[in-house]
Amino acid sequence: MIPLTWYLILSGILFSIGAVGVLIRRNAIVIFMCIELMLNAVNLAFITFSRQLNSMDGQIFVFFIMTVAAAEAAVGLAIIVAIYRNKATVNVDDINLMKW
Amino acid sequence: MLESLLFLIMGLITIVCALCVVFQKNPIYSAIFLIQTMVSLAVLYVLLHAQFIAAIQVMVYAGAIMVLFIFVIMLLNLSKEDVEGGRDKLFFQKPSAIILGFILVVMIGTVTLKTVSQGIKDEYTPEIISQIGNTQLVGKMLFTKYVFPFEIASILLFAAIIGAIVLVKKRIIEDEKV
Amino acid sequence: MTYFFGCSYLDLIGYVLLFPLAGTVINGFLGKKLSKSIVGIIGCTAIGLAFILSLFVFIDLLQLAPEHRVFEKNYFTWIGSGSFEAIAGLQADPLSVVMILMVSGVGFLIHVYSVGYMLDDDGFYRYFTYLNLFTFSMLLLVLANNFLLMFIGWEGVGLCSYLLIGYWFEKKSASSAGMKAFIVNRVGDFGFILAIMLIFVTFNTIDFTEVFHAAPEHLQMGGFIATMITLLLFVGAIGKSAQIPLYTWLPDAMEGPTPVSALIHAATMVTAGVYMVVRCNVLYTLAPFSLTVVAVIGGVTALFAATIGLAQNDIKRVLAYSTVSQIGYMFLACGIGAYVTGIFHLLTHSFFKALLFLGAGSVIHGLGGEQDMRKMGGLKKYMPTTYKTFLIGTLAIAGIPPFAGFFSKDEILLEAFSKGSILFWGLGAFAALLTAFYMFRLLFMTFCGKSNMSKHAEAHVHESPMIILIPLLVLAFLSILGGFMGFPTASAINSFLAPVIGGGHHGTVDGGSLHHVSAGMMFSMMGISTGIAIAGIFIAYLMYIKNPDLPAKLVGKFKLIYTIIYNKYYVDEIYDATIVKPTVKSSFILWRIVDVRIIDGFVNAIARIVELKGEVLKLFQTGYVRNYALSILLGGVIIIVCSLILL
Repeated sequence: MIPLTWYLILSGILFSIGAVGVLIRRNAIVIFMCIELMLNAVNLAFITFSRQLNSMDGQIFVFFIMTVAAAEAAVGLAIIVAIYRNKATVNVDDINLMKW
Repeated sequence: MLESLLFLIMGLITIVCALCVVFQKNPIYSAIFLIQTMVSLAVLYVLLHAQFIAAIQVMVYAGAIMVLFIFVIMLLNLSKEDVEGGRDKLFFQKPSAIILGFILVVMIGTVTLKTVSQGIKDEYTPEIISQIGNTQLVGKMLFTKYVFPFEIASILLFAAIIGAIVLVKKRIIEDEKV
Repeated sequence: MTYFFGCSYLDLIGYVLLFPLAGTVINGFLGKKLSKSIVGIIGCTAIGLAFILSLFVFIDLLQLAPEHRVFEKNYFTWIGSGSFEAIAGLQADPLSVVMILMVSGVGFLIHVYSVGYMLDDDGFYRYFTYLNLFTFSMLLLVLANNFLLMFIGWEGVGLCSYLLIGYWFEKKSASSAGMKAFIVNRVGDFGFILAIMLIFVTFNTIDFTEVFHAAPEHLQMGGFIATMITLLLFVGAIGKSAQIPLYTWLPDAMEGPTPVSALIHAATMVTAGVYMVVRCNVLYTLAPFSLTVVAVIGGVTALFAATIGLAQNDIKRVLAYSTVSQIGYMFLACGIGAYVTGIFHLLTHSFFKALLFLGAGSVIHGLGGEQDMRKMGGLKKYMPTTYKTFLIGTLAIAGIPPFAGFFSKDEILLEAFSKGSILFWGLGAFAALLTAFYMFRLLFMTFCGKSNMSKHAEAHVHESPMIILIPLLVLAFLSILGGFMGFPTASAINSFLAPVIGGGHHGTVDGGSLHHVSAGMMFSMMGISTGIAIAGIFIAYLMYIKNPDLPAKLVGKFKLIYTIIYNKYYVDEIYDATIVKPTVKSSFILWRIVDVRIIDGFVNAIARIVELKGEVLKLFQTGYVRNYALSILLGGVIIIVCSLILL
């Protein structure tokens, strides 16, 4: 039996990597993928807690997270495609109309 | 012992693949590495006695969502300059992000190691789960305790589909009435 | 008690104020659309009604016993703030009734005169509005029953003086003269306000009756507070009544129309100071030092102004300096304790000074605007009525019996000799000599001798119309007979005003009746005064009729003295250099440097700071999503770190 804190630390590391990825990458799609990575890290944490507390709630929650992630991916990618149609770029730095 | 070994290997693979996702130039490579990350995570779920979730992870996440990603990347057909993106205009972003990420890891680790987790233990020990069956249990939960979020989720998916279609639809230019 | 629909006339005393106020309002708002005759009728009727009502009030008052001749009517509480209470109330006692009779009576005559004088002027309705407003303020001043309300009237007459002096405001000299009058008045009013505050602090009330009642117990004779209060009140009087050192506005005030000079600067406004001193005689008796100051300033001013009047060539200027001098006499009388004599001279002075001013106005009107006496002469055959009335006025002011001025001036000199010191008598007598001289100089230069008129003026010179002459005739009549109300042994005015002096209405107190001099001294003083007056007339006759070259020769011999006198002792120039210019300069500095640079700069600096902060904060809005995401993560990390540290 592995101490469950290891799983949590792993989840934390994955989350940080995802966060750094969101901030560093300029390609919108890759940023999206890093967000998915963060969501996966959270899933791991939920499963770990479900294991720790001997309950099914964590797993149900992960189920719903996946559902939401799917919907979010669909819509988000649709937005990226729409932006690409308008501005011919997926570089987030070029989408800066709100600049002062 | 086997468990810890498996965990170590899988954990390492996950981390390395995650790092590659972030630092690869080509988006296709990032997508592939993300798929690998998800699969290794599925293995970890199995280790945690969440078999159903593991299967769902591979089928939905790695199988559907990531395929969608790859489709979009290929559809956009980015050229080399688009992929590379040219010189980074915000040169303070990268170092500060990495530093922040590092701090975040340290913080989470400290919190995790310091806290004593408490909570009322429920009844579903691994033995009972394996007795009843993980999938059956998940189904039972979904249709009794969590039926309301279940229905809402279906509406959510419905809205997402419509939203996606509307966003991507090309504008129809009406013919001029002569 | 005579009754008017059930209430005695005394109850209606508020209407004395209301009629002129109504005239102001009507003429002010509707005057532009009404014809000139209607405006004139409204203006004159307002004052006429006020005069008739004053007459009835006077009759009503006479029917009360002398000790009880005080009627107070409080209308409403104007200011009620803590322990300070200012009530809008009027009081009718002998002093105020005498004053309102004079103000409304002479005012009415001057209003009638103005209709004729100002007929060709465009701002006719504006003139009558201001004139009615002035009469209202003056009546309020004398009828008020507390210091603050009197001060309202005090300020009101100052304001109207400014408005009327600068009536022809397109002329720069007129508007400057108006400003000068107002500002110099203000200096005096500052002292007055301080006095009111001091009175309130000492007595906790500003009502006349209460203050005068409490004064003998509260203040010690010759004490510091009594002296301060009376001195400060007198500072106000100096400004309003044009005494040294605040007299410089009065000669310049001659820029206004002549009826204005007659009303404001001869009969009414400038006498407000004398009224105030007599009203507060209880306070002044408790401060002998202030009385000395009053007498000294009065006497010195009387002489000083008379010397300046010797050399002036503008007919109105001579009369202006003569006014300053005569008011000096009134203050001299008050200063030596002869309050009733001061009021008596005030009354007779209003008659003959108004007559003189109106006569000068008639001359100016007849000559088409000429005011320089050197360009007049021999007018008596062209303007006989004006000449005769003017002669009566001049005889009155010179102090020839039995004209009005003789009785009042003689009484002042007599009191000065017996009650005051011989020094005061000397000042008064010498000033009387000069007065007789320069007034007859004016008469001779204007009306007698050979004519120095320009050809154009000579062709058009004419006697004034009846509407101008009738007031002159009435005033001449008063100048002849008016003196008899103060006839030495049977002085009606003395007994009438006596209750006001001293302890108020607690019984008749010796207010200046001449019981302490023997008949022999009285008659010899009369003879000396008459002799002085005749001497002055004779010298003037010598210089201007017999030997017309004598003035020029004397000027040649005493060139330096003449220049100093002719330039009014350079007082205006001195004030200008020492007070006006530094004030203007420091105001300029305050404006340019303190206001614009420091204060505005400070306010602008605050705005600039906000602007700069905005400029700095603007840099956070880069427009890049990644930066925003970075700040989100940064916030999250900071929260976690803080919670870790705190727990």
